[in-house]
Amino acid sequence: MNSEGRPTAPSQTTGISPARTFTANRALQQEEGLLFEIGRHDVTGVDLEEPAAFVPRLGGLERAGAIGLPGLSEPEAMRHYVRLSQKNYGIDSGLFPLGSCTMKHNPRLNEKMARLPGFADIHPLQPQSTVPGALALMEMLSHWLIEMTGMNAVALSPKAGAHGELCGMMAIKAALAARGEHERQVVLVPDSAHGTNPATAALIGFSVRSVPAGADGMVRADAVKAALDGDVAAIMLTNPNTCGLFEAEIVAIAAAVHEAGAYFYCDGANFNAIVGKARPGDLGVDAMHINLHKTFSTPHGGGGPGAGPVVLSAALAPFAPAPYLLRDGRGLRLVEDTARDGDHAPFGRLTAFHGQMGMYVRALSYMLSHGANGMKQASEDAVLNANYIRAGLSDLLTQPFGDQPCMHEVLFDDAWLKGTGLTTLDIAKALIDEGYHPMTIYFPLVAHGAMLIEPTESESKLSLDLFIATMRDLALAVRAGEKERFLSAPRLSPRRRLDETRAARQPVLRWKPRAPLPRDTD
Amino acid sequence: MRYLPLTAVERQDMLAKIGAASMDDLFLGIPADKRLPGLMELPAGRGEWDVERLLNGLSAQNKAAGDVPFFVGAGAYRHHIPASVDHLIQRSEFLTSYTPYQPEIAQGTLHYLFEFQTQVALLTGMEVANASMYDGSTATGEAVLMAHRLTRRARAVLSGTLHPHYRTVVETLSRMAGDDVEAMVPAIAGSSEDILAAIDADTSCVVVQSPSFYGEIIDLRPIAAKAHSVGALLIAVVSEAVSFGLVESPGALGADIVVAEGQSIGNSLNFGGPYVGLFATRQKFVRQMPGRLCGETVDADGRRSFVLTLSTREQHIRRDKATSNICTNSGLCCLAFTIHMALLGETGLKRLAHLNHAHAVRLADMLRDVKGVEVLNHSFFNEFTLRVPGDAATLVEALAQAGVLAGVPVSRLEPERPHLKDLLLVASSEMNSDDDRHRLVAAMKKVLA
Repeated sequence: MNSEGRPTAPSQTTGISPARTFTANRALQQEEGLLFEIGRHDVTGVDLEEPAAFVPRLGGLERAGAIGLPGLSEPEAMRHYVRLSQKNYGIDSGLFPLGSCTMKHNPRLNEKMARLPGFADIHPLQPQSTVPGALALMEMLSHWLIEMTGMNAVALSPKAGAHGELCGMMAIKAALAARGEHERQVVLVPDSAHGTNPATAALIGFSVRSVPAGADGMVRADAVKAALDGDVAAIMLTNPNTCGLFEAEIVAIAAAVHEAGAYFYCDGANFNAIVGKARPGDLGVDAMHINLHKTFSTPHGGGGPGAGPVVLSAALAPFAPAPYLLRDGRGLRLVEDTARDGDHAPFGRLTAFHGQMGMYVRALSYMLSHGANGMKQASEDAVLNANYIRAGLSDLLTQPFGDQPCMHEVLFDDAWLKGTGLTTLDIAKALIDEGYHPMTIYFPLVAHGAMLIEPTESESKLSLDLFIATMRDLALAVRAGEKERFLSAPRLSPRRRLDETRAARQPVLRWKPRAPLPRDTD
Repeated sequence: MRYLPLTAVERQDMLAKIGAASMDDLFLGIPADKRLPGLMELPAGRGEWDVERLLNGLSAQNKAAGDVPFFVGAGAYRHHIPASVDHLIQRSEFLTSYTPYQPEIAQGTLHYLFEFQTQVALLTGMEVANASMYDGSTATGEAVLMAHRLTRRARAVLSGTLHPHYRTVVETLSRMAGDDVEAMVPAIAGSSEDILAAIDADTSCVVVQSPSFYGEIIDLRPIAAKAHSVGALLIAVVSEAVSFGLVESPGALGADIVVAEGQSIGNSLNFGGPYVGLFATRQKFVRQMPGRLCGETVDADGRRSFVLTLSTREQHIRRDKATSNICTNSGLCCLAFTIHMALLGETGLKRLAHLNHAHAVRLADMLRDVKGVEVLNHSFFNEFTLRVPGDAATLVEALAQAGVLAGVPVSRLEPERPHLKDLLLVASSEMNSDDDRHRLVAAMKKVLA
């Protein structure tokens, strides 16, 4: 996920060039122009009636001139976007061991359920009396999330993990303000944290104080205590952490944080390791976001949409943002107002409407399918698979904190590449030629040249065995000095290494017409 | 469990290879007294048809928009989505891929993001657009923060006719960040608010929605001129993207940042999410933009390729110095937007927008026949504000019972402004038939009689 320090321009290439064809196509791999090159200004793939003549009421602000948008007929659009899809690697293509991202199988039942008209075709502002099933679904999802985490309440509306972090940190800020402790302006963040943690804290005016990890990759309670003082509002800690380890001193850390009058925000990105095995609420967590697009299988969709509900402790629950669900004598309803009401003192609102309903349906479909037994098994299999990879590679690759059992992801560093002239990036690119999506590289920052592998529970033993064999073959090739295999990789993908430096130095962020726009014909 | 490939025998083999006696051995890192004994107190797993039955049951309790005459808008709009859009976004290489951090095997995603960015820039009349935000409201919040960074000022002026949820999102973010916000009192459609007087040398940005929450189309030019004269920026907000096909682009009227809700092109209502935030600005401001950007480059063989770029603005590189904390955005919703827009093309979009306006004009004219009901707008696109006799929320509830989803009572979003209780927002799109309109008018007459 992090790309700091990695090479950004292709190295000297001496590898095999792609076979020449007249079209530049390579059988199933078709070269495809941009929409703006293949579409035409006067083509549309949507048949619409022409309205009868009428007098417009646009207040004289009618759009003048051509917009410049090309259109495609339906067959052209199908072919264009299907060809583009064939240049992508998804979970359904093969093993996608992207550490910290939990690329597990996306059940198609969930897609079918999310498209039911009673979920997909309802408006967030139609009367609540007309959507009791939607509210019941949100309540059911809330119940499952609260039960799984051992927390007191959940704010469903955050739209993704980072938005969930914002929600949790705003609740903390509101709770501190309610206590009159405005002076607490510092948030502790370990070096191994996701970049979103410090970015979130800074976004709402906190300053970030770094906490070093110990030699074993864990955050020490002593180090946290040393960093705690009356200025500290909260700690943001990922557990299991980004090194794939369960923070051994988490209970002591939580106690120290609470004793100092601060709150414990837990980054829940790695919750998939412990569902049914341990509950954040029992560990002293005050707020934790849950990436429904990681742990609960809603598709990543090439970068979103996600959903990041936040579970809250009793101390923070009153500050949950609007809207929130309320069940009382009048039944179940969504309170959409941010005004203080009884025990509820919402800190405000994070987004228009009610959050990612489409993701709630998918996540609940996953939960109902698995049940308590299936989710426990899923976490166990996820951890088993990661350790199986660790055991299969630990003699050839190096681990920054020694060979110890991991949770659902295993972290290697680049010490085993020392003196070979090859980097973590080269290994990742060689994996592409072997038919794999690479692991997360150069993150976490606490490991040099990190390779973070998260297989998830979705992989079969056969799949893992082949991956391990592939990684071993690569490692042996490194030892044998077969540099070319790595430096010229990937050779077989739709594109070879990209010139990222050029992209950043001379940014071209949109297509521009080379000739004047066609005259507006309307 | 149908999603878990490992067999009991395989698990045992794998544990043996690892050197663990049991599965529990793998969880020894969790403090012993914090390990859950047994199962969580939740139901056991179910077969596919059993889950379907349960969720079908919940779905059936809701009144879907397609089942009734439907006129609800206020920031989320129901338009027809071509069947090919939903088919294409379910191609598993799109659906199950990750953020394109390995561009050699993610050109599909990057290619359509480049198309998306171009479409958004053209629609908004701006020079550059990013690869999406969560939705229109969070995009507005981010735009205000960006304006603060660019102007090194910390006071935003919000039009009173900005969507109230958007206003609250901005107010929440600003209060938390320690910035100032001045939100004007809503001047309802037709009357004009004195926003110009609120803009001064401390103002970082003015946020104006057009078509406004009340449906009125606002001339942004005088506001842009005043803002620019004091070194402030104009942020234009659009909550109905189809309006880009008929209403002059905010860029052409002087906006510096344009944010919009893109849901109404390619994306279902989904009870409020997932949607897709559009974010566009001037080229010179690009390094202060939030969110991902896709750029053109070449690969090692010199072929045109696309890659995420200018990432030194982003949280995964800059951490607490980043322009935003956003990571996951609305990738697949962008794809739906891009494909629908490609199918429409300029011809289709303009016709769609024209058709929406025609339907709304026809509806507004028909509603004049309802005694006591008044259309307040001087101008509108496909949504307008009615003043109704009595409480609009009560009317909407009664109409829902009569089988018509008539619109959004303003009081639902402005509960602290009781003088707006008689206002009702009504939206009309290409999906409404003449029969729908007649049923709305007849039901309204009956309920108000």
